[in-house]
Amino acid sequence: MAIRERLSGNEAVAYAIKQINPDVMPAFPITPSTEIPQYVANYIANGEIDTEFIHVESEHSAMSATIGASAAGARAITATSSCGMALMWEELYVAASNRLPIVLALVNRALSGPININADHSDSMGARDTGWIQIYAESNQEVYDNFIQAFPIAEDKRVHLPVMVCQDGFITSHGVENILLAEDIEVQKFVGGYEPEHYLLNASEKMAIGPYAVSNYYMETKRAQRQAMVNAREVILEVAARFEKMTGRKYSFFEEYQMEDAEYAVVIIGSAAGTCKAAIDEIRSTTGKKVGLIKIRVFRPFPEEEIAKALSKVKAVAIMDRSEMFAATSGPLGAEVRAALYQARMAPEVVNYFYGLGGRDITVSDFKTVYRNLETIAKTHIVTDMYEYIGLRREQKEV
Amino acid sequence: MEKTTYNFKEVMSKPERLAPGHRMCAGCGGTIAVRTVLRALEEGDRAVIGNATGCLEVSSFMYPYTAYEDSYIHNAFENAGATLSGVETAYHVLKKKGKIQENFKFITFGGDGGTYDIGFQSLSGAMERGHDMVYVCYDNGAYMNTGTQRSSATPQYADTTTTPAGKVSAGKVQVRKDLAAIMAEHHIPYVGQSTFTSNFKDLYTKAQKAIYTPGAAFLNVMSPCPRGWGYESSEMMRICQLAIDTCYWPMFEVIEGRWILNYEPKNKLPIEEFLRPQRRFKHLFKKENEILIGQFQEEIDRRWEELRNKCN
Repeated sequence: MAIRERLSGNEAVAYAIKQINPDVMPAFPITPSTEIPQYVANYIANGEIDTEFIHVESEHSAMSATIGASAAGARAITATSSCGMALMWEELYVAASNRLPIVLALVNRALSGPININADHSDSMGARDTGWIQIYAESNQEVYDNFIQAFPIAEDKRVHLPVMVCQDGFITSHGVENILLAEDIEVQKFVGGYEPEHYLLNASEKMAIGPYAVSNYYMETKRAQRQAMVNAREVILEVAARFEKMTGRKYSFFEEYQMEDAEYAVVIIGSAAGTCKAAIDEIRSTTGKKVGLIKIRVFRPFPEEEIAKALSKVKAVAIMDRSEMFAATSGPLGAEVRAALYQARMAPEVVNYFYGLGGRDITVSDFKTVYRNLETIAKTHIVTDMYEYIGLRREQKEV
Repeated sequence: MEKTTYNFKEVMSKPERLAPGHRMCAGCGGTIAVRTVLRALEEGDRAVIGNATGCLEVSSFMYPYTAYEDSYIHNAFENAGATLSGVETAYHVLKKKGKIQENFKFITFGGDGGTYDIGFQSLSGAMERGHDMVYVCYDNGAYMNTGTQRSSATPQYADTTTTPAGKVSAGKVQVRKDLAAIMAEHHIPYVGQSTFTSNFKDLYTKAQKAIYTPGAAFLNVMSPCPRGWGYESSEMMRICQLAIDTCYWPMFEVIEGRWILNYEPKNKLPIEEFLRPQRRFKHLFKKENEILIGQFQEEIDRRWEELRNKCN
């Protein structure tokens, strides 16, 4: 029986950690992820879990100690945000190349500067090439569900990669919502015990981790990582199927909302999808216009073919990025989706919008404007600016 | 566990835990430090060895070969302390959960670059948290892996590739950081500073104490680098003896806050004796630089007095 609760996104992650009872959690406080280690510390202080907490002196050390613990044979996790993840950057690569099944609870927050504590995806998008699986959430329920699924994905022998479970800072991390929690025993059965094959503390086999690999060997390690990322695709779907059996909640690489007959589509990541859905419902009920949404859940590995297929019937697409990459042409999601369309030899009209940077609100009205713009673009075949910001303080330029 | 008597022959005939075949330079002090420290592990005791990036790491674990007879982890340059603290914590929790039965010891090695400088914060955190581990700094007084750039362990006036002696420069401007004292101020159970003596007793016994004292321990081992310091590799033991006889490198330990001086030279030699055989100090022996040697001596004397006061 599922348990009905009201939890914030951070509470939901902490609750999942309590249910999973991992071995080691090194963590360093940073807004807005701080609550996660705080809740875990409380569980430990009250004897509710036997996880060992390491009070590291920085996020670099948090990821370093997580790597050490995971390499030693422990199920190891950490949590961070923004600059904390940026400080871990070097170590993110090491974790992935060492093929350690670490799970990181990332509460997305804008990177400095200027310093800002609110949501955008610049932290995780900056880490998109580190070799981590990235899973994003719209709601507290999805954060909880994704966090539980992260372990069987990461620890699968075909994968052996670290997983970043992302949620939007404050919007879901601190916003309290109704949530359905699985029972402890169900979660424990789903995640299973951790039985690594090779680890430092294995008494029957010595091992060495972290070699210097010269040009003769380095490239093969990268190819092997890529294979693991390819393999992750089927594992993510298998785990989702198993999760659906347990909870009835269905997950895939992305969610399609009102896409069956959609002519105008938005592609987006994270909590703003909820606002977009509200706009879709309103537009469809008042005007009958065929608007839809693709909400990306898995950004790494990137579901290229599936996205192209989902967009195969639309006239115009707005790809919405919640982070800049200063290519001066597109954002990270914009670039990936356009590449997917090109590979599929599809050419709907495409526009790339930037929204919500540093926690700027995006409203139902903004999304209605987006869909209006898509309709115009589809009619005129003119995209005046491929690379437009939504909700700037200056008078917004008409597209 | 500490043996009351030290038998040189017996100690030296223990099986090596750093196998030959690694690619460190002939006459490297770093590998001698590693071999001596690892010899202090009781035979049959298991260990996980950590390592900061540096000469030692890139030369002893080149894929697909490792020189270590024990399990080993290298992570990056600045995080040997944090990495091994993760391993050590995993050990405690897995033991508590009954997943492992065997006893393990945890020893990590870093050069002075990875320890005094870029890894200083990670080291401080690991020591402050009191992990049951030993951090061993093999201090060769510069970033040797990248070609002898100055570190905060480099002695004043040393000619390095980033503090070259030149027409208007007499080498490194600043004096060296006293890392062993800083670690002692973390109030950890054991801190030792040592180097290579003719029978290796000092370093061996300190390594034994560091490994078998519960809690965090730090060892600072002066490990000369023939290429970076500029001396014939056969001269290493003489250089080490001069370092302790001039009081450039005092050998001491701090046990539960109690400072102990382990070696007091009968005749304290002038610092020139230590400086002269090394190319990195050659410029100090020009006529116009005599005053600098005097200043070097004053700094040695001041620190030696300070140390003796702590040890009284």
